[in-house]
Amino acid sequence: MIGQIIFFVLLGTASFLFARRIGVIRRNILSGQPWDGTTRKSERWSTMARVALGQGKMTKRPVAGVMHLLIYAGFIIINIEILEILFDGLFGTHRAFAGIGIVYDVLIGAFEWLALGVIVACVVFFIRRNGLALARLVSKDLKGWPSLDANIILVVEILLMFAFLSMNAADSIAQQRALDHYVDAGSFPISSWLVPLYAGLSDGGIILLERSMWWFHIIGVLAFLVYVTYSKHFHIILAFPNTYYSNLNPLGQMDNMASVKKEVDLMMDPSADPYAAAPETEAPPARFGVKDATDLTWKQLLESYTCTECGRCTSECPANLTGKLLSPRKIMMSTRDRIEEIGKQREANKGQWESDGKFLLGDYISEEELWACTSCQACIEACPINISPMGIILDMRRSLIMEDSKSPESITTMFNNIENNGAPWAFPAGTRGDWTNES
Amino acid sequence: MAEMTAAGQTPEVLFWVGCAGSFDDRAKRITKAIAKILHASNTSFAVLGQEESCTGDPAKRAGNEFLYQMQAAQNIATLNGYGIQRIITGCPHCFNILKNEYPELGGQYEVLHHTQFIRELIETGKLKMKSDAPFKGKRITFHDPCYLGRANGEYLAPREVIAKLDAELFEMRRCKQNAMCCGAGGAQMFKEAEPGNKEVNHSRTDEALENNPEVIATGCPFCNTMMTDGVKNANQESDVVVRDIAELIAESADLLESPTS
Repeated sequence: MIGQIIFFVLLGTASFLFARRIGVIRRNILSGQPWDGTTRKSERWSTMARVALGQGKMTKRPVAGVMHLLIYAGFIIINIEILEILFDGLFGTHRAFAGIGIVYDVLIGAFEWLALGVIVACVVFFIRRNGLALARLVSKDLKGWPSLDANIILVVEILLMFAFLSMNAADSIAQQRALDHYVDAGSFPISSWLVPLYAGLSDGGIILLERSMWWFHIIGVLAFLVYVTYSKHFHIILAFPNTYYSNLNPLGQMDNMASVKKEVDLMMDPSADPYAAAPETEAPPARFGVKDATDLTWKQLLESYTCTECGRCTSECPANLTGKLLSPRKIMMSTRDRIEEIGKQREANKGQWESDGKFLLGDYISEEELWACTSCQACIEACPINISPMGIILDMRRSLIMEDSKSPESITTMFNNIENNGAPWAFPAGTRGDWTNES
Repeated sequence: MAEMTAAGQTPEVLFWVGCAGSFDDRAKRITKAIAKILHASNTSFAVLGQEESCTGDPAKRAGNEFLYQMQAAQNIATLNGYGIQRIITGCPHCFNILKNEYPELGGQYEVLHHTQFIRELIETGKLKMKSDAPFKGKRITFHDPCYLGRANGEYLAPREVIAKLDAELFEMRRCKQNAMCCGAGGAQMFKEAEPGNKEVNHSRTDEALENNPEVIATGCPFCNTMMTDGVKNANQESDVVVRDIAELIAESADLLESPTS
């Protein structure tokens, strides 16, 4: 009974913390600008099915792709086992689902194979990060917390799977010895390898081992549930909505700013009264482009929370490959850092936003980074879950130009040339057709 | 275009030349090759000449949405004024912006990249290759322009056209969806690169040279400039030529029977 109460309290606490944090993230994401994702629903579902559920873009890099698939399958399928653990925990039963007979044996056997797969994949990932030190996994983007975060996740997953297998090994020994409560159920293809390790324990020792592994496993899972919401690992949930809201237009299509269109239409309209006061009903003019994280659309903020910092974008970025400061991954990480910061400040200030004098542009992302982008879309193509760092970069350039009039001198010259000659170079517009008379 | 309209004629297609194609000496050779192909295939076409103006692409990608939309409004007024339906472009950046970004502002046209149009000419028999193909058996590698490939998913048209050259196409390590940029996009063409350890175009050209090509084929005047510079940087200009697909076709197609321009 005491066990059930402890379990109930733990479950309740974890659920509360998880729900509260989801609320914070949701509020932060929705502090962004409007973006319409309500159209083309069937295309959205199929994109999500292909890219998130089907991991369609992961296997572009086969080693990481297959290993990730193992962890993904393990995570989803072993969670069926969590249902039983929750049931047992709340009602004080043991292996409550054992009654389903042969299906139960098959399931437990399958979970064990998957648990082994997860351990193997996590060990490989750990070695890639810390032993082989793959460039994109040890880059300076990840210095400090992001790198620690990644390793915590891998180690915890290994420990959880090890606890799961140890629990099963102890259980199977208990079943053999026909100890009280340990019904004959399940098959143990992998955990049987651990049996020799524990076979020397007394009956009491076996029960203690089984119980402590059970508790370790479920407490670990609950703690992990809360942890992921503070971690890059949150992609396990957000990858689904993020791919649902994927950009379905050609990658080369950049939005036409409606606010600018209004101004241009007015300028081009010969009947418009140039001295007319702005209609009073209109909302105050929004900022042109993106200066702070709240100028981004909620979709872009969702992308920042979804990014799991794998760095495939950066490893395909021509600017980064040639030693420039720009790293598309860092753009996403800075965006998330900033919106988190804004969220915290708001919370501390009873929900009201008072400027802290900082901006995403300048304090988190530098002009040098923004100007190095070639708008080649390699980052978007590389992202396994369709995030667009390029979109944020180009939107921030808009703010640099249209709000701050800040650009490299040669870019200003290019603008002037287009304005005066209709071409980015200083050739007179009248000579545009001259090639037709040349040989 | 103005002359044709004055004469009461409507061209089948409008050839959107673009700024590079109009003013840059190297790119003008590509423009002339496209024009030759259009003449040789008896395509009725027109150019806007002085009435064409920058699409606004470099301004937009550099953050100047105002300038872009002013340019777009002006160009759309011109194109709609002539009732243009079908446009072919010599530049993937013009292609992308006309095709994807002008419609919402009131400019709706069928837009083709020149490699798509050349493919159509060959498929419909309007353009025939010479029997003694000058590029027969030569080693060619093709550099995908970002704004044709990744931006618009067109990987086939340039390759199908290259196939008509009877040459041997060697794909680069990174090609199609994974192709590396030449370094000119996003207004980079008009500014110095940020500090780094290498130029993007040198890096990309090195990838192309891994195939030991005799010809590096391009489909974009900016890529052409970047790759040409890359080849020079690698001191390979005597062994490797950089040519637009239009130029390769103009040299390989049977242009003699057709009326001269």
